[in-house]
Amino acid sequence: MFGELSELYQEVILDHSRQPRNFRVLDGANHQAQGANPLCGDQLTLYVDLAGEVVRDISFKGAGCAIAKASASLMTTSLKGKTRAEARALAARFRELVLAGKSDFSNSDKLAAFAGVHKFPARVKCAMLAWRTLEAALTESPERVSTE
Amino acid sequence: MNRLVEKPSRKWSALRADFPVLRQKVHGHPLVYFDNAATSQKPRMVIDALRHYYEHDNSNVHRGIHELSNRATAAYEGARSRVAQFIHAREPAEIVFTRGTTEGINLVAHSWGTEHLKPGDRILLTQMEHHSNLVPWQLLAQRTGAQLLYLPITGRDGLLDLSQLDSYLTQGTKVLAMTHISNTLGTVNPVAEICGRARELGVTTLIDAAQSAGHLCLDVQAIGCDFLAFSGHKLCGPTGIGVLYGRRERLEAMPPYQTGGDMIASVDYDHSTWNQLPHKFEAGTPHIAGAIGLHAAMDYLDAIGRNDIFKHDQELAGYAYDRLSSMKGIQVLGPSTGRAGLVSFLMESVHAHDLVTVADQFGLALRGGHHCNQPLMKLLGIEATARASFYFYNTKVEVDRLVDVLGEIRKLFGS
Repeated sequence: MFGELSELYQEVILDHSRQPRNFRVLDGANHQAQGANPLCGDQLTLYVDLAGEVVRDISFKGAGCAIAKASASLMTTSLKGKTRAEARALAARFRELVLAGKSDFSNSDKLAAFAGVHKFPARVKCAMLAWRTLEAALTESPERVSTE
Repeated sequence: MNRLVEKPSRKWSALRADFPVLRQKVHGHPLVYFDNAATSQKPRMVIDALRHYYEHDNSNVHRGIHELSNRATAAYEGARSRVAQFIHAREPAEIVFTRGTTEGINLVAHSWGTEHLKPGDRILLTQMEHHSNLVPWQLLAQRTGAQLLYLPITGRDGLLDLSQLDSYLTQGTKVLAMTHISNTLGTVNPVAEICGRARELGVTTLIDAAQSAGHLCLDVQAIGCDFLAFSGHKLCGPTGIGVLYGRRERLEAMPPYQTGGDMIASVDYDHSTWNQLPHKFEAGTPHIAGAIGLHAAMDYLDAIGRNDIFKHDQELAGYAYDRLSSMKGIQVLGPSTGRAGLVSFLMESVHAHDLVTVADQFGLALRGGHHCNQPLMKLLGIEATARASFYFYNTKVEVDRLVDVLGEIRKLFGS
């Protein structure tokens, strides 16, 4: 009934936006970064607990639209146990997915739900916010990230 | 309720035929353009005026001696006279053409502000100002050592707390800059009353008329302000042309804002003297076509009648307010009565950007975000609102469509 809209707002995205996972302050975090879409007012803080090169735990807090929240939520569920290099590689694949609609994600991968975003150029930055913030959190001296 | 079934009057629907852009479908649905507070659409006669100028009269103004330059100069200065009449200025020399409201305010903050403010002076704004009437004053305060004060609002009903006006005007306040109509709340501020009091206390006043100039009759002498700024594109004119009104004695006591051609009287290698008003403030080749298009837009609006336009806007906004307020999970911001032609609202557990994205797929052009009102949004504890802003070519049928689409959005995000 909603055409392209149901591609954008897939059930998994709506689910994660209503009940974001890992939505908390992470007390043991040794990496942290803030991200914002200044023109939208979306903002989030990302907490990462890196054990050596491995993401032992990851969480986020903040406010934003359904796309931004679901993207952050699904990102955190996808990254636990991954190495820093694996996390960066996943971020690069996700970027291709939402910017160009080029997906090498399997259908069972929940991140594939974001394939519809590229048809809504104004919303790409919403999907990218958490991932851009991740780049900053994974560096040694994180800065505030803005996608605009 | 009777008015729920009332048909839109023939007159207003008929005007839609003047707007080519309104005759289209967006994502398979008839376009419902509810983003008029951002910019209005352009009627055929404004588009024709631009085309006619470029096809017949295009030339530079003021310095030419040939026929086309004479025509362009006459049309450009004719537009200035028309603006003076449109807002009841005393004379065309009090009308400075700018790029828009933002440039007009920046001109005053730079030129008047830098010349007249000293450390410890106060600049009074209100808590509902658009960034364009806030940031220029912040920078002026930093440059001069003056301080900013904000006249408070009463809460989510969005009215200024006028009981505090006198105390804010008497704390060493030198200038009051405020909006006529809030682009987020829809509040219509009693600017004549406020400027009158400011004047008694010797405070210089600037009115941001971006949201009012195209919607109601403006009389700068009745308002009693020293400065007033607005944009052409929000009143059916082209983008890139705007107006700064300034009382002659104020403008004369101000240094130039930008310098270059046309604004000088004479130039030597070591010093220059300035042209008379208003040319002192119009450096370089102006937006001639823009002024001509604005002239056509003002003629168009006055043929309809601005009092009628405002009445129509208010009826539509009142209707939208009533219908949206009665929907479960919708909260409308701003005053419950007497509002200007817009509604800004929140839908429970649906972010404004998601709402606006979905509405677009149904052909509705809304706006979502902080509307260049970040401090106000923080004050109200809100991230973002969705806004529907109306003009005379909008109808109750379109508001009904908005209500239906909001129902669909509620279903999609089901909460």
